[in-house]
Amino acid sequence: MPEPVVTRQGSRETVVFYVVGVLFLIVVPLLNVVPDEESWMHISDFRLNQFGKFLAFAILALGLDLIWGYCGVLSMGQGVFFGLGAYCMGMYLALQIGKESVYGSELPDFMVWTQVKELPLFWYPFKSFLGGFFGAILVPVLFATIFGFLAFRSRIKGVYFAIITQALAFAAWLVFNRNETRLGGTNGLTDFKQLLGFRLSDPSTQRGLYILTVLALAASYLLCRWIVASRAGNVLIAIRDSESRVTFSGYTPWMYKLFVFVVAAGLAGLAGMLYVPQVGIITPAQIGVLPSLEVVIWVAVGGRGTLIGAILGAVAVNYGRSVLTNYFPEAWPFILGGLFVVVVTMFPDGLVGMIRKLTDRKQTHRPLIKVEGGTTA
Amino acid sequence: MTDDDLILNCENVVVDYDGFKALNNCNFSVHYNELRVVIGPNGAGKTTLLDVICGKTRPASGKVLFDKGINLVGKNAEDITKLGIGRKFQAPSVYGNLSVWQNLDLSVKRSSRGVFSNLVGKSSSAERERISEVLKTIGLTDHAHDRAGSLSHGQKQWLEIGMVILQEPSLLLVDEPVAGMSDKETEQTGQLLTRLSEQQAIVVIEHDMDFVRQIARIVTVLAEGTVICEGTVEKVQADDHVREIYLGRAKVTH
Repeated sequence: MPEPVVTRQGSRETVVFYVVGVLFLIVVPLLNVVPDEESWMHISDFRLNQFGKFLAFAILALGLDLIWGYCGVLSMGQGVFFGLGAYCMGMYLALQIGKESVYGSELPDFMVWTQVKELPLFWYPFKSFLGGFFGAILVPVLFATIFGFLAFRSRIKGVYFAIITQALAFAAWLVFNRNETRLGGTNGLTDFKQLLGFRLSDPSTQRGLYILTVLALAASYLLCRWIVASRAGNVLIAIRDSESRVTFSGYTPWMYKLFVFVVAAGLAGLAGMLYVPQVGIITPAQIGVLPSLEVVIWVAVGGRGTLIGAILGAVAVNYGRSVLTNYFPEAWPFILGGLFVVVVTMFPDGLVGMIRKLTDRKQTHRPLIKVEGGTTA
Repeated sequence: MTDDDLILNCENVVVDYDGFKALNNCNFSVHYNELRVVIGPNGAGKTTLLDVICGKTRPASGKVLFDKGINLVGKNAEDITKLGIGRKFQAPSVYGNLSVWQNLDLSVKRSSRGVFSNLVGKSSSAERERISEVLKTIGLTDHAHDRAGSLSHGQKQWLEIGMVILQEPSLLLVDEPVAGMSDKETEQTGQLLTRLSEQQAIVVIEHDMDFVRQIARIVTVLAEGTVICEGTVEKVQADDHVREIYLGRAKVTH
């Protein structure tokens, strides 16, 4: 009797997961600590911190891949959920600065110079670490639930949903830019000193944050894999293939879309929470239309509909940026745009699709995106 | 016969597309365990009739009573599917990026179609056996793990029929099942539908008159949105009105 499909691709992904996991979790931090700074094997504190940032972005990309790659719903507003998570953690970190701030006030600096005399009420939960931690996940989740419910319930789909989420990103950018929002306006939140008593300037703190990010990414990946391997995951692919047919199989598509949208928002919040202490600043520039679009490019370059692809895309594009902006700072936007066009037109399955083509001559079971023509309805 | 014998009873159904009446006071009923064939010229409203029954199109007026008098008008497609109506579309409509097995697995009748029960739920061995059985019935056992999108047109038709069978509907709506099939496949499809009709009511829309003759007991002829004749194939073919508007035209095109 045929069993449900367990493909070679699936087991190969598991091997890749463990190899890369061990590499990033153990080998990379060891190369930071053990070899002499002059040694070619040494990974500098700067590089390690940069990897940590890229891996946080990879968590953000995983979420988008889930909703776009698997369910076919393009969200161009993932930066908003990332920003909500980042600001929640940022508010906690800003309150931890305390008397070390430039003005020596208990209030964050920007409040002093914008003449805010008392801490706004909505800042209070972020006095505690748990407030920042849970806020960073729950605020994006709650926001996505409300927004997603309204959008999916009214059957907004395809390009309309993409445009609405882009408008959302723009609106969020405007709101966070205002001084009256009491979140630091254009300058955002920065100059953080400590997290749970650990000095953020300390390399060992940053190493710890890096390791936490690797673990969070691994957990996010396993969560996403569990979702896409379940029958609900198959429903997501079915929705992408033929949404109208899904209703005639008895499923309610909008509930599935809402579910992945909320999961993606939670992952984006987690990514934002990990990003802030490692990068040390969060501003509205990180949450607007452009950052949201960049996530789309990472996933497209890595390979939609493959979880590994999302991670690979996020790391590769960001690494490429850090190298190329050194040499051609002005050309980077063109390189990024050109990369997107080339990938979308010539390699619709992204880097992962290319790798699979090279390593696997035989046709595979594991679906990559193939647009089927002629759906009824 | 009384209304109690009817699994489906459409009363005075009107579907109005901006003034064009796709269905015009259509009355159509089907008995339990009946295999009914609906024929009619293009634009007669055959597919629209199925759309109304399965909840894809909402009629402007009229009633669609299912089973023991449940009015389907106003219900959405998911709920109608759960009540026990299965639909096979005209153009084969399967999930191309899932394997044949996964397509069937999604269609198996289960108590819940919700997100969370499908996140944790695994197929029971009884369900897997049932899927294997259907795979055999539709002749796709060797293709169980192929991407459904890579199947031939005829195989997709069969897969979709298999999916609908697994939903275990009490009423099966089948729109042109043999389009694009070879003669042998057509005959097998006919046998399959005949066998299925022992357990459930089936409404088949078909153009292929040889196929109609093979499977039909009672034929309903639809034209311009209403039923103009109903009876055995012989009776329908002998009907002057039908010959005029349908068979006459068919002869010209043959």
